[in-house]
Amino acid sequence: MTLSLFLILAAALFAVGLYGLLSQQSIVMIMMGLELAISGIIVAGAALWYFVVPGGPNAEALVVVALTAMAVEMAVGFAIATAIFRARDVDMVDSASDLKG
Amino acid sequence: MLVVETTIFGISALASVAAGIAVFRVNSMARATFALLASFILAAVPILLLGLTFLGVIVILMMIMEMMIMLVFMIMYMMNPAGLMPMKMVHNNKMSFIISVSVFVILAVGAVLTPWPRFGAPSDVDPTQMIGLDFMGPHMLVMVVIGLVLFATIVSVVVLAQARGRYDRYGDDLRTRPPNDPVRTGLGR
Repeated sequence: MTLSLFLILAAALFAVGLYGLLSQQSIVMIMMGLELAISGIIVAGAALWYFVVPGGPNAEALVVVALTAMAVEMAVGFAIATAIFRARDVDMVDSASDLKG
Repeated sequence: MLVVETTIFGISALASVAAGIAVFRVNSMARATFALLASFILAAVPILLLGLTFLGVIVILMMIMEMMIMLVFMIMYMMNPAGLMPMKMVHNNKMSFIISVSVFVILAVGAVLTPWPRFGAPSDVDPTQMIGLDFMGPHMLVMVVIGLVLFATIVSVVVLAQARGRYDRYGDDLRTRPPNDPVRTGLGR
């Protein structure tokens, strides 16, 4: 077990999530991709704690922040999906492309 | 011991990525949710191997709860009940694949080639105790912000998801009395 192996695992999870994020049309599937990408960040944070900054708690705090981001992302994502589904009967991003900023 | 740990790491890492890929390949939203749950739990095994017991267990417990809630919403918005038909709803598939593979290659090469530094020696303090003291001390601001963010999330999510808000009931200037409700409230309806 080396840092490189952990970071490669994190990169693989992030890349799979990125693929889902870019390719899926359904809003909920996009959120799954986002969660996978954040899960990669959690693995990377834990590995950095063990291999780079083992003495301090900074990397652990990063993992907790990433976990919170995951929970908030899911809650807000579903709220927005519900809101746009109520307003327009839309559950695909392609039907809501006029929201592009 | 190291061989055992490395074997467990290898198996769980490969299975975690495989479950992550399965999320976008199965034909039902429910299956996709459970594949995602499997991926999260298997990704928590390496965290447990590193000795971060608290964070690993938190990840597992939180992801089980989160995926159970997600499952309800997934089935709510499922366009393919019971996975009876092939489900493939993608746009720009080829380019997404190319981008994600190249991002993986770049990150992996960077992870291997970077001369990672090492700060400090492993301390004898239990990592759980370390993070507990840290959040109640030097990093209290992080904990406070997390709390505020979660509370703001609760409020904004309820506002976003409700069907009829106060502007529907009281009008745009919030002055309509009695409120414009489909069913009158109170006694003696």
